[in-house]
Amino acid sequence: MERLESMRVAYGKALLDYGTVNQDIVVLDADISASSQTHYFAKRFPERFFNLGVAEAGMIDVAVGLALAGKIPFANTFAFLISLRAAEQIRTCVAYARTNVKLAAAYSGLSDSRDGPSHHSICDLAVMRAMPNITVVVATDAVEVQKMVPLVAEWDGPVYLRISRAEVPVLFNKNHDIVIGKGVLLREGSDTTLIGTGVMVSRCLEAADLLKNEGINARVIEVHTIKPPDHELIYSAAKETGCIVTAEEHSIIGGLGESVAGFLTETCPVPLKRVGIADTFAESGPYFELLDRYGMGVNDIICATKNVMKQKG
Amino acid sequence: MSWHSEEIIRELSKLAWTLRIDVVDMIHAVGSGHPGGSLSAAELVTALIFHHLNIDPKKPQMPERDRFLLSKGHAAPLLYAALARRGFFPMEELKTLRQLDSHLQGHPDRLKTPGVEMTSGVLGHGVAIGVGLALASRLDGAGWRVYVLIGDGESQAGVIWEGALMASKYKLGNLTVILDFNGVQLDGPVEEIMPIEPVTDKWRSFGWYVTEIDGHNMKEVLRELDDLENVCNKPKIIVAHTVKGKGVSYMEGQSVWHGRAPNDEEYKLAVKELSERKSLWKD
Repeated sequence: MERLESMRVAYGKALLDYGTVNQDIVVLDADISASSQTHYFAKRFPERFFNLGVAEAGMIDVAVGLALAGKIPFANTFAFLISLRAAEQIRTCVAYARTNVKLAAAYSGLSDSRDGPSHHSICDLAVMRAMPNITVVVATDAVEVQKMVPLVAEWDGPVYLRISRAEVPVLFNKNHDIVIGKGVLLREGSDTTLIGTGVMVSRCLEAADLLKNEGINARVIEVHTIKPPDHELIYSAAKETGCIVTAEEHSIIGGLGESVAGFLTETCPVPLKRVGIADTFAESGPYFELLDRYGMGVNDIICATKNVMKQKG
Repeated sequence: MSWHSEEIIRELSKLAWTLRIDVVDMIHAVGSGHPGGSLSAAELVTALIFHHLNIDPKKPQMPERDRFLLSKGHAAPLLYAALARRGFFPMEELKTLRQLDSHLQGHPDRLKTPGVEMTSGVLGHGVAIGVGLALASRLDGAGWRVYVLIGDGESQAGVIWEGALMASKYKLGNLTVILDFNGVQLDGPVEEIMPIEPVTDKWRSFGWYVTEIDGHNMKEVLRELDDLENVCNKPKIIVAHTVKGKGVSYMEGQSVWHGRAPNDEEYKLAVKELSERKSLWKD
């Protein structure tokens, strides 16, 4: 088992670090700074931190006002709240008005596992992807979220940044190079391509190892930017390996899988399987077991791979 | 108490009637739009855009400008007419309202129209956005002020009250909200659809400085805007009592004219009535 590290703590510290570099950064929270880990920033820069209480919609509007005046607001709350309760605020005042608001979505996917479906976020990518002007990024591990914070801050326009609550496997080191909009080829392979995002990337790598024992060479691609998608990388993967499995900690409706499927159907139709949570709510439980139970296990990736390869013909 | 010359009061009062005629012209020309809430707010918007706000049509983005948010964005025709007459863009563009390729969208779009501070049209956003702007002004020690015009139907939106709590927490003395209290919303009288009274008590209990005026009396509007400069330790709201569809006999107080364009005959009557009211203000 790989080393685990808390993504949210890494995020909180990165926000503090970059808040020291760029004084235009302001941080807003909706009474979850102890969860989102914005308390690091709050303690160091109290005058640039605004705790707005349990008022997510209002928080986004306040962030919009700050952005209009040239600040770089990071608005923090749970992913399901920011993407759903504040969805109209985001659609009208962030996306349509193209204000430079950074939407920091904590506790994404099933990562707030024991709090149950009320706190799981399985449709946020679907909502955010459908809004023009919004860039959607998903952090894979603690290293990556640290590297993303400065990129997101300096990105010209609104960004939805999806952050896990969990301690997740550390895949990358300090040399990991990320560019918003570019996928990362993690492993070469010619029989199929596994395209993963977030915590599912490490599961794709595990699946690729096991598949290799069975003589299947799977290419593995990390897609940290859901939108705009890296079409070049996805196209070449389909062209060269002839089938695709996508893996995400999200409903199979509206997320990475549908994004990839939609693009490839129009450009390079190949057999494709989506790994994610089926059209259902999960339940309370331990995080990694919950992923396994609800269709996002390493085995699910392996099964999907074998099935999709059969369709390849 | 602040003082304004009879001359400036006369000039601005007359201008408000001119803007009303512009509004009816624009809405009639395209056959759609919201006359009722545009006509009720004419004196309020005139006082801000032509007198009170520190804005410069030659430098619409100057950093030190005051910020005005038209939270009740369906009064867009009024805002557009005011901005055009103030010099932000040519008057002849007003007739392109709601047409393809026009920068004058059905509701204000900050990315298209010079002088439009923020995209609006979906009700409820202005107060909390104003809070963000006011916080930024304070953080920068900048001194520019924030003004937000909201509607009474809009005051039924929960997020208005989230913004009210937030402004109060941060004691935003650089934020002034103006309530265009015309008493009528799309579906009928506000007190029938969803009562907001006692509205002054509500805002006061949220920690705001509250004042009431006749929103069609230019002298009162100007005086109150100036007098509120002396209140620095809390956010402020002017409850402006107005008449929906003000100045057009058949529109006044009628919810049906919230969002309907006059036909040719109705248009002629509206212009006649508005012109008569305007002519009462001699040069």
